Amino acid sequence: MSSLLRTALVWLVRIVVGAHPRYMSALATGRQRIYFSNHTSHVDTMAILAALPARLRRGVRPVAARDYWDSSSLRSFVARRVLDVVFVDRQGQGTGDPLDPLREALREGASLVIFPEGTRGAGPEPGSFRSGIFRLSGEFPDVELVPVNLSNLNRVMPKGKVIPVPLLCRVGFGTPLERVPGEEKDAFLQRARDAVITMGNS
Amino acid sequence: MPYVFWVTIAGMVAVLATATTVGAVLARRVGPENPTVLNLNQRINAWWVMIAVAGTAIVAGSHATIVLFALCSFFALREFITLTPTEEGDYSSLLLAFYVALPVQFALLAFRWYGLFAIFIPVYVFFVVSAAAALSQDTTGFLERNAKIQWALMVCVYGLSHAPALLMLEIPGYYSDTGPLLLFFLLVVQSSDVFQYVCGKLWGRTPLSPKVSPSKTVEGLAGGGLAAVLLGVLLHGLTPFTPWQAALMSLAIVAAGVIGGLVLSAVKRSLGAKDWGEMLAGHGGMLDRVDSLCFAAPLFFHLTRYFFAT
Repeated sequence: MSSLLRTALVWLVRIVVGAHPRYMSALATGRQRIYFSNHTSHVDTMAILAALPARLRRGVRPVAARDYWDSSSLRSFVARRVLDVVFVDRQGQGTGDPLDPLREALREGASLVIFPEGTRGAGPEPGSFRSGIFRLSGEFPDVELVPVNLSNLNRVMPKGKVIPVPLLCRVGFGTPLERVPGEEKDAFLQRARDAVITMGNS
Repeated sequence: MPYVFWVTIAGMVAVLATATTVGAVLARRVGPENPTVLNLNQRINAWWVMIAVAGTAIVAGSHATIVLFALCSFFALREFITLTPTEEGDYSSLLLAFYVALPVQFALLAFRWYGLFAIFIPVYVFFVVSAAAALSQDTTGFLERNAKIQWALMVCVYGLSHAPALLMLEIPGYYSDTGPLLLFFLLVVQSSDVFQYVCGKLWGRTPLSPKVSPSKTVEGLAGGGLAAVLLGVLLHGLTPFTPWQAALMSLAIVAAGVIGGLVLSAVKRSLGAKDWGEMLAGHGGMLDRVDSLCFAAPLFFHLTRYFFAT
């Protein structure tokens, strides 16, 4: 049932926003990954899922803020039953380390979709990345870190609007980020952010 | 569907099967990685899909055909708006275009309400979309922004909707289901593109309009156009036309189609793109395939309506 709904949702998203994938390098089946992307609209999560071919989409869980997805019963249903979202509490709203649910999901073998900016950026360039991805990168050295670039989605659903305008958006999947031993947090985050931006320019 | 319809379908299958065979032989000889051969084979495969889908819809009846063209129109409009730089102030105009203008235009066909169908977009949508844009309080580039959306609607929705509108016509002495006439139109328009491509590859030398459409040549246009008109004469059995009438109608379709292709190429280039999209492998986007149709359909519809329909 939920996988059927998921497929239906994926096709709906493809009809509205196209979500054509672009690969900078081939992504093999069966690897655990963290897809990290710029954040431009509420359609982002679904656009990335829709762009992934079915064989890669299995076992991918988007990470999203609990307060947004719990704000209506429809959203809550979609988040829990269709997308299988890993909920995180925004700063100051939960107790304990906000990364714990992500760690648990990774230990269970799931791949994650995360938006390291934390919130939707105001301009065309993504904002600065939060440190979560750096910590996870160190704790889970075998998980591939794949940069994703979303373009045109801010036109699909401008901030504050609910109905999407049908427009073709591109979803670029970059070459997995390499780990540099001993790299500092800021350098790593800068490199990760650059990897997302460069794809948008090519 | 009449006998001649099925004969035509069988003929198309035979032609495509030959093309597939030739494509496979070429791939073996030249190598499947050769870009021209690869593109050719992608195009042939896409033709199988397009003919299967269009043929099934026409056989299934007017409602299925209307839905099919509404979808094509949606995809074409989506490609057009994607390449058009719209602003946040266009949001409500765009919603109106996609979720009101487009479905209503095709629904009017299903209701066979010709009077409103013919004027809905140029009169009412023109009016309402302009008003919505004015109410958005964003005056930067107002005329350009509005013109782009109206233009997109005229080409992708109004123009394209005149192809299934052929099913609305009642022609004395002709089949009551005008599906064969639509098939005739689609075949002439699309074969004209294919013949021009082939003739251009074989004999093309003099560029027709180097800036707008570098691959089009005078030789391709003349040879391809002539071949399409001959095909139209050959297929006159699908239509209420005599062979001579079919020739003239085909000529009009080919001419309008060429102009449509050129104009949309110019638009595409002014927006800085080579293809409208990538949904049809080898062809580019939906609009790359239906550009000639968008211009030829209203002309063919009105010529047929004026001279033949009641």
